[in-house]
Amino acid sequence: MLASVFGDLFTDHTVRTVALGAGTLGIVSGALGTFAVLRRQSLLGDAISHAALPGIALAYMLTGSKAPLVLVLGAAVAGWVGTLLVMSIVRSTRVKYDTALGLVLSVFFGVGLVLLTFIQRRPDASQAGLDKFLFGQAASLLDRDLVVMASLGAVALGGTFVLWKEFKLLTFDPDFAGTLGLPVRLLDVLLTGLLVLAIVVGLQTVGVVLMSAMVVAPAAAARQWTDRLGTMTCLGALFGAVAGVSGALVSSEASRLPTGPTIVLCAGAVVLSSLLLAPNRGLVWRWSRDRRSRRRLAVSAVLADLDTLAAEHGSLGRTHPVAVLETMRSGAAAVERSLERLEERGWARRDEEGEWGITEAGREEAGRRFGGTETAGADA
Amino acid sequence: MPEPLSPAIEVTDLTVAYRDRPALWDVDLTVPRAVLLAVVGPNGAGKTTLIKSILGLIKPAAGRILVHGRPYEEQRRLVAYVPQRGSVDWDFPTSVLDVVMMGRYGALGWVRRPGRREREAALAALGQTGMADFAGRQISQLSGGQQQRVFLARALVQDAQIYLMDEPFQGVDATTEVAIVELLQELRAQGRTVIVVHHDLQTVAEYFDWVVLLNVRRIASGPVDEAFTEANLRLAYGGRVAFLGANGRSPTGAEPAAEA
Repeated sequence: MLASVFGDLFTDHTVRTVALGAGTLGIVSGALGTFAVLRRQSLLGDAISHAALPGIALAYMLTGSKAPLVLVLGAAVAGWVGTLLVMSIVRSTRVKYDTALGLVLSVFFGVGLVLLTFIQRRPDASQAGLDKFLFGQAASLLDRDLVVMASLGAVALGGTFVLWKEFKLLTFDPDFAGTLGLPVRLLDVLLTGLLVLAIVVGLQTVGVVLMSAMVVAPAAAARQWTDRLGTMTCLGALFGAVAGVSGALVSSEASRLPTGPTIVLCAGAVVLSSLLLAPNRGLVWRWSRDRRSRRRLAVSAVLADLDTLAAEHGSLGRTHPVAVLETMRSGAAAVERSLERLEERGWARRDEEGEWGITEAGREEAGRRFGGTETAGADA
Repeated sequence: MPEPLSPAIEVTDLTVAYRDRPALWDVDLTVPRAVLLAVVGPNGAGKTTLIKSILGLIKPAAGRILVHGRPYEEQRRLVAYVPQRGSVDWDFPTSVLDVVMMGRYGALGWVRRPGRREREAALAALGQTGMADFAGRQISQLSGGQQQRVFLARALVQDAQIYLMDEPFQGVDATTEVAIVELLQELRAQGRTVIVVHHDLQTVAEYFDWVVLLNVRRIASGPVDEAFTEANLRLAYGGRVAFLGANGRSPTGAEPAAEA
């Protein structure tokens, strides 16, 4: 099946359109999502996409047109109004940011649903199809949709590229940006505006309900792999594209799955593997590093014990049963394995009765590590 | 002949209010050039507010602020700011060198990217703060003192005449504190003005030559020997610093209760 999907990519026009559209939306939302995530505005994306729904419905009601540019502009205006509303609620009332987001998101979305229902009750047949904006439908993408998506996406990416250093400083330290004379409020409005663009680009494909995942997920995954903003933005775009294309292809080819959820599942898979596998930040990596260092510490501690015993008895020749060493480690289970590791390196030896003692090399190593434990026995 | 030098900073009738609670009330303050000034006062006295008002980050309800005799907006390039260390997210994906180069963004202007000159300036500033070896380091791997020195380096590359610093010694170990103080004294020796929000009353007389005592109103300001008196401290801290000695030094070495 996979082979046929990729074969279709080059021969089937619809499949190619779907892949191009989903790829575009993934790149744009992945790149802009980087800034949203770093500015702790992950949920703003959710508010924007939900707030876009009444804009789509109103645009259709006012113009009677379902041209992609009309609907997308309607979505952008409504999303933008929603954002401004959130900002002004936070500024002028005592309502907190998350509450304002929740209010705007749900109220706008409710209005959008009411309008959609209203449109669907109308007698003319042309109403069908607006509900694809709820969960997205990649298969419905046409060439003219692609043109709109690509141009808006180019604006969003171009703006980010041109104002790169300003946006970076705004995200990291807005107060400092202000003292340099940068118009912080304007930059904030601009960057949020580009985020609105990035979101409306994807609405038809992913749908308003889940679009915010495409803002958050690729960026969150990208953060796992890098410590550079530029790399993170490029990776976010890449992850977004991968999730978008694979999700859209699966949904349009396989079984008429709704596209939004399928794309989001793909993005989720990218996030999950990044959380687990990424170097430094990944859970598996951390877990194995912790394990390694715990084991090293355990081996080191047993070596110290052997050294102490040798110092107390004043001879290298004495050997001690494992139980003694285990008691010194207050019964730790891994003592035997640590001893075997010491033996591998030639720092400990086992006699015929299975008792353990330190070697000359082991004493030297202990001296290096703990700095002259020879006197430790005398002190004790 | 140039006219006599205007003061580094001249604040007149500054009042700032958050909602209906005044944070600063009718503050007048003249800071001469080339001094090392400590801004001292209890929590909520408006120290940070004063700094942020001078920088135009907070819009005052009333008052006028002049920098080298002219409004701040015209003199931005003369002023560098070291914010509180905790004001940013240190897990931001960027390197030490990158953060320091941000100090050049204002001089670079729009769109232009930092290049070799900015890089060299940043490396030099990192050298001055003893952080040269950390240039490539991801900023989340820094200790508190190192973060503070990175911020300091970022202000140094601005090559400003006036440095405003919000608690540069917070969470910094003793060695770093001494190193920073030496750097600030060097700046003053070069004729620059350094204004520092400071929490530790014990070290005021040792580190600084000027002081302003603040508690919403300006209690006192001037050279440390004149303004940093027990009477003024009592006024600023509400009588809870009785243990301070005559010259402002504490015999007990304890922190004043008001600063807990």
